[in-house]
Amino acid sequence: MNQESRLIPVATDQDVVRVRQLVRTVAVEAKLSLVDQTKLVTAASELARNTLVYGGGGTVEVGRVRSEIRAGIRIVFADQGPGIADLDLALTDGYTTGGGLGLGLSGARRLVDEFAIDTAPGKGTTITITKWCR
Amino acid sequence: MERVPVLKIGDILLVSIQIDMEDQVALQLQEDLAERIVATGCHGVIIDISTLDIVDSFVGRTLATIASVSRVLDAETVVVGMRPAVAITLVELGLSLPGIRTALNVELGIEMLARSRAETEVELDDEDDADQAAVTTS
Ligand SMILES: Nc1ncnc2c1ncn2[C@@H]1O[C@H](COP(=O)(O)OP(=O)(O)OP(=O)(O)O)[C@@H](O)[C@H]1O
Ligand SMILES: [Mg+2]
Repeated sequence: MNQESRLIPVATDQDVVRVRQLVRTVAVEAKLSLVDQTKLVTAASELARNTLVYGGGGTVEVGRVRSEIRAGIRIVFADQGPGIADLDLALTDGYTTGGGLGLGLSGARRLVDEFAIDTAPGKGTTITITKWCR
Repeated sequence: MERVPVLKIGDILLVSIQIDMEDQVALQLQEDLAERIVATGCHGVIIDISTLDIVDSFVGRTLATIASVSRVLDAETVVVGMRPAVAITLVELGLSLPGIRTALNVELGIEMLARSRAETEVELDDEDDADQAAVTTS
């Protein structure tokens, strides 16, 4: 990620709103289409809430990226929480340990172009998503 | 904490969500609405989400809960004004909002409520007639 990225600590509901607002601003600057902006902000909202609720809080870093052929936005959600023991299960539509709909992780993955998870029990969780401009 | 206002217009409760709601604000709205339905005896609720640029799983779930709770309290809920990009995103997220009635704008939402209310009243009348018939033939 380039030096222009911005970091938001996530410790409260209000911080999740801040994450949405920052991602929206960056998505507009990067000239994502309206539908892609909506998808990215929605995915970010899901993952930031997971960072807060399951990760016990953490950070969200939002930045612009550029490959040889295109520009995009990369967002990293990191926490030092319990980690995810069974990733396949957690990524299944409808699986929840928190009484939610179990759509956050699986749905967010569908809404972005790239989705990577680094997690292990007791080691926290880091999720990196990328949306490319079309 | 901010609060989403609930307006009473005739026999309808109108909620226009104008802010990016924290989760707590959405939960508070759910409670406020249930209380207002009981206090006013309104049979219709319209939730205008035309200013919302996203609906995530939390807000989606809150809307679904509001619709179910209203139904138990004899009120019908219609969600109006969803933006096209929000609809596309919701479906891709996997949230199809079953059990939620929708209309394109407030005006159509009011019409929808009036129509379904008229229908339930006709049904109630029919039941009365049937009771009457049973009484007279016995
Ligand atoms: N950062 C995290 N740390 C630890 N566990 C997590 C994390 N994110 C997700 N999980 C686990 O993965 C499960 C699925 O997450 P997902 O976001 O799909 O559903 P949910 O949050 O339970 O419900 P929803 O997001 O639909 O309201 C969670 O219930 C939780 O057990
Ligand atoms: Mg979630």
